[in-house]
Amino acid sequence: MTMNAAAGTEAGGSARRAAGNGAGAPVVLDSLSRSFGAVRALDGLSLDIAPGELVALLGPSGCGKTTALRIVAGFEYADAGKVTVDGRDMSPVPAAKRDMGMVFQSYSLFPNMSALDNVAFGLRMRKIGSAGRTKRATALLDMVGLAPQARQYPHQLSGGQQQRVALARALAIEPRVLLLDEPLSALDAKVRLQLREQIRTLQQRLGTTTLFVTHDQEEALSMADRVGVMKDGRLEQIDMPSELYARPATTFVAEFVGTMSRIPGNYQGGADVTVLGRDVPVHGEHASVSPGEVDVLVRPEGLTVEAVAGGNGIVTDRTFLGSLTRLSVLLSGDIAVKVDKASTAATELVPGTSVQVSIPGTEPVLIAERA
Amino acid sequence: MATVASAEQAGTRVPKPAVRRRTWPVWRWMVLVIAALYFGIPLYAGLKFAGLKAFTQVTSYPQFGSSFVLSLRLALIATVLTLVLMVPTTVYVHLRLPRIRRVMEAITILPIVIPPIALIIGVLKVAPGFLISTPDLLGLEYVILAMPFAYRSLDSGLRSFDAKTLVEAANSLGAGWPATLWRVVIPNLRTAMLSATVLTVALVLGEYTMASLDNFQTFPVWIVNFEQNSGNVSVAASLLALFVTWLLLMLIVTLGGRRARKHGGAEVALFSVATRQTTQTAGEAE
Repeated sequence: MTMNAAAGTEAGGSARRAAGNGAGAPVVLDSLSRSFGAVRALDGLSLDIAPGELVALLGPSGCGKTTALRIVAGFEYADAGKVTVDGRDMSPVPAAKRDMGMVFQSYSLFPNMSALDNVAFGLRMRKIGSAGRTKRATALLDMVGLAPQARQYPHQLSGGQQQRVALARALAIEPRVLLLDEPLSALDAKVRLQLREQIRTLQQRLGTTTLFVTHDQEEALSMADRVGVMKDGRLEQIDMPSELYARPATTFVAEFVGTMSRIPGNYQGGADVTVLGRDVPVHGEHASVSPGEVDVLVRPEGLTVEAVAGGNGIVTDRTFLGSLTRLSVLLSGDIAVKVDKASTAATELVPGTSVQVSIPGTEPVLIAERA
Repeated sequence: MATVASAEQAGTRVPKPAVRRRTWPVWRWMVLVIAALYFGIPLYAGLKFAGLKAFTQVTSYPQFGSSFVLSLRLALIATVLTLVLMVPTTVYVHLRLPRIRRVMEAITILPIVIPPIALIIGVLKVAPGFLISTPDLLGLEYVILAMPFAYRSLDSGLRSFDAKTLVEAANSLGAGWPATLWRVVIPNLRTAMLSATVLTVALVLGEYTMASLDNFQTFPVWIVNFEQNSGNVSVAASLLALFVTWLLLMLIVTLGGRRARKHGGAEVALFSVATRQTTQTAGEAE
């Protein structure tokens, strides 16, 4: 059986049988802190992951997401706080005894073993007999569509194939928790997309609690049940991808997830902010911003643009995105904004065209102190 | 392939990919010839001086066999002890104490810097009595002497693959340290271990100073002593030793290389181990 879209309930059952009954366990990260010298990698990180849930930790380099994952895996220790799995404190448990499968960023297959032996390695460590582990490893390789490559060595496999073997190897031990440390970042775009879908489908079928670390927001938003955005060792916000995008809790989240333009506005402390000559409702969580000159944060789809002679901006660039075209517009006052327009209606909006950029004012906007 | 096939069917002439011929410029041949002459002429001269008859005579001398066996025994002791001591040490330093790698490099270079005579006098002063009269002491001294070469081979071997990630992967799959070392680290360090073995064996089979100061008749010591009696037989013994050593090293290198090629590893090299090659197909069909 190979992983493809046509696979249905029966395939899900087969996958579950292949990977055993490794039902996901609840995972709690409780006030984790970790410093490396003067650098505070984690600063009281707390996170609850429900059984069978896929949570992605997203953030820029150095935000502490990998440190958090490594503490969960048992490769790092926390200066303060603890990790519990199924209610049990994992602090004294060594990595080898945690029953967690892990897929690494770099291809971490053992070069001296065939794909089959790699998958069977964890089973061997659990003293499962030769026949039993070969049968199970074969089933796992079949599940990721690599049964024909069972006897090949890692150097004979492509990057994508190696990561699928690594996934099968991590799942072979029926882990209570699956940890993914940027497993797709070393792959080319096409393979990354395919493997992303495979991991998500497999994780949902098996119901394995999964913690996924990535710096790629597209990966996080498309794969995770919830996405936690991290900054400076802390969780800025954790929410469903759609909520994270639509209602970011902080300006950092707003600007890190998706594209956001800053447009000067005037805020007098009420429920509205004046921007582009219109009063627009302010997102509730940001009413604490001091009254006065502020920046209004708007996504490309939150603005409209029309070709108007003597308008308030000039098109400087355009990027074709398929059904949409993203226009870069320079507003008066040297304010650069991005605006999305249906590609069919954007043909005339070439660089140099004078345009009128407006804000509909129906959706609440975020405001921030003037940068 | 499909594109090529359809183009051929339609009668389109498909240009064959140019076969790149490996050419050897003249200067390379010149370097090769000069090197061959440099090494070959003394060997030929030695062969001519000794005469073929000396080769049949050399094995009949009483201490030929015992000295050769002693050298092989010392090579075995030194190699085994070197690997047993240096592999865990180098792995531990590489994975757990990378900060002291420079200190290790400085320490392991000492046997090259300190003259053998100083080493041997120091060792004889502190060695326990039961060791002083046995050739095993010489074996232990050779471990120290081989340390710089073994450490460098093993260190470069560990740098040739992502040992840290492989160890963590093994740990996450339930392997403790002994299993990780035995099943993951050592198999991937095999090429480097073979390099260390080659260097240690070559060093022991050719070492004279320490053995003669310790009063043990190893093969090189026997050759020097025998030279006083019969020059041509002594030269024949030297050439024979050279040939046997070369054969031994080639055997190690060939066996190591065969296994390395199978697993996509590096060839056995004496001071460096090439990075492991990974096939990466761009835009692969999944």
